[in-house]
Amino acid sequence: MTRSAAAIREDFRAIASLVRDGARVLDVGCGSGELLQLLRDEKGVDGRGLEISSEGVSACLAKGLAVIQGDADRDLADYPPMRFDYAILSQTLQATHAPKEVLTHLLRLAERAVVSFPNFAHWRVRANLMWRGRMPETRALPVAWYETPNIHLCTLRDFTDLCATLGVEIEASAALYANRPARPMNALGPFENWRAEAALFLLRKRG
Amino acid sequence: MSLVLDGLADGPARTLRLDAPLRLHSGQSLAGVEIAYCTYGTLNAERSNAVLICHALTGDQFVASTNPSTGRPGWWPTMVGEGKPLDPSRYFIICANILGGCMGSTGPGAIDARTGAPYGLSFPVITIADMARAQAELVTALGIDTLFLVVGGSMGGMIALEWVKCFPTRLFACALIATAARHSAQNIAFHEVGRQAIMADPDWRGGDYARLGVRPEKGLAVARMAAHITYLSEQALQRKFGRELQSEGLSFGFDADFQVESYLRHQGQAFVDRFDANSYLYITRAMDYFDLAESHGGRLADALTAAQDVRFCVLSFTSDWLYPTAESRRIVRALNAAGARASFVEIPSDKGHDAFLLDEPVMREVLEGFLASAAKERGL
Repeated sequence: MTRSAAAIREDFRAIASLVRDGARVLDVGCGSGELLQLLRDEKGVDGRGLEISSEGVSACLAKGLAVIQGDADRDLADYPPMRFDYAILSQTLQATHAPKEVLTHLLRLAERAVVSFPNFAHWRVRANLMWRGRMPETRALPVAWYETPNIHLCTLRDFTDLCATLGVEIEASAALYANRPARPMNALGPFENWRAEAALFLLRKRG
Repeated sequence: MSLVLDGLADGPARTLRLDAPLRLHSGQSLAGVEIAYCTYGTLNAERSNAVLICHALTGDQFVASTNPSTGRPGWWPTMVGEGKPLDPSRYFIICANILGGCMGSTGPGAIDARTGAPYGLSFPVITIADMARAQAELVTALGIDTLFLVVGGSMGGMIALEWVKCFPTRLFACALIATAARHSAQNIAFHEVGRQAIMADPDWRGGDYARLGVRPEKGLAVARMAAHITYLSEQALQRKFGRELQSEGLSFGFDADFQVESYLRHQGQAFVDRFDANSYLYITRAMDYFDLAESHGGRLADALTAAQDVRFCVLSFTSDWLYPTAESRRIVRALNAAGARASFVEIPSDKGHDAFLLDEPVMREVLEGFLASAAKERGL
């Protein structure tokens, strides 16, 4: 899925900081396994992955990671409930066919979900649409509309609304930028929906 | 102690004779079992680098050396050998002819010591679990407690799955290629066609042909022809043969007008030269009886829970309709539920079920990565 090379490290660092040492982790859309490798090497997690491309799975296997070829929309249902401490969905939610179902599955198979996605209400996106009258192409959304895998883009506010609908508690959130460290934020704050280029959430099912 | 017979110091082929009778799944026991096998490479001092390769229905122990009876080279040249993922300079590689086979291991063609004649249909019906148990006797006799890897494609994958279920602590890693955890109705149906073809041959003689000095060659050839179609994909057959004719024009008769007919006849003919009809009956029966979850009330995950510490690599091929991807996914789902460390890749290929025996770069690459990391964890 879409991960710009520059964004990887800060994004992954921020995710790693949310994950407890030695936890059981499922990385959904794990690509070639950089995040899982980071989590294994620095946090000692017991990590598993789900990845759509056979090239990605091969690369993961070469790193000694246990990864299954499959996709978030179809294959999350196969996992038994509460198998993991964390389910991670990094920059992938917007590319799924049924984000609501995917989110529901994440919090069925893991105690907590870590989800990041580009914020479609970021000022650059708004400016692009406003002044150029075209689908935005920004640092966080670098691919042209006709080639992008992103089919369900949302804003920070859309996402927090969905969490409320699903009874999902936001335990932590941070704003992500291409080359800068993540900045903790209050996702419901008045200006964050303008300021955050991408957002990272630590979620938990209420009750 | 079991005894190693006719071990040639300079060749890979050996035969092991089991002292104690082998207890079979059916409740019967089989005395005087011999297991013909080949080894490549050297067992290290820690005895931790042993790899067991389980062959498919009509395979044999000659995985990386010439089969002396057919003169054909080893059957898995893309995977086993110098510089290949399974390199004898790194691993001690074992491949044994299965119980019930006809390449030197005890099967229906062997002589029953009680009668002095070939077993024929008096040979007990065996199962995939029995094959795994016979292999475990061999591995024990070779002084190996825990195998680094058990790997198998097709029926070999089923034997590997039995290893996982019956001896979960005796393997470190497991690679399951183009296989299934049970035979489907379609799998059983195709096998039944093959068995009926053999039994309909007048020379089968109720399975007693060996004693009577005849062979049901026509029936066995037809069985092979039908089975061979299931090993290929529709696209592969079409690409290779299309509607091409053997010679100019139609014969308006029943000769092999089409190239595909001639090809299948050749496959059937070549097969009868190297395979025993009764072995074919017994092995296909064992495959049809195979259902790993049956002993656990149909819950596959329960059959695999003891293997939580085994590292798994499961591979399927897109055009394999004999053991399709859905069957591999079923295994992976169960491994997930059991909490095992499982990896899975569906490899794009138009070569059908047989792809696992052919040069598939993605398969090689994936297994290489899987083995390299498992070897590292094993300290090899």
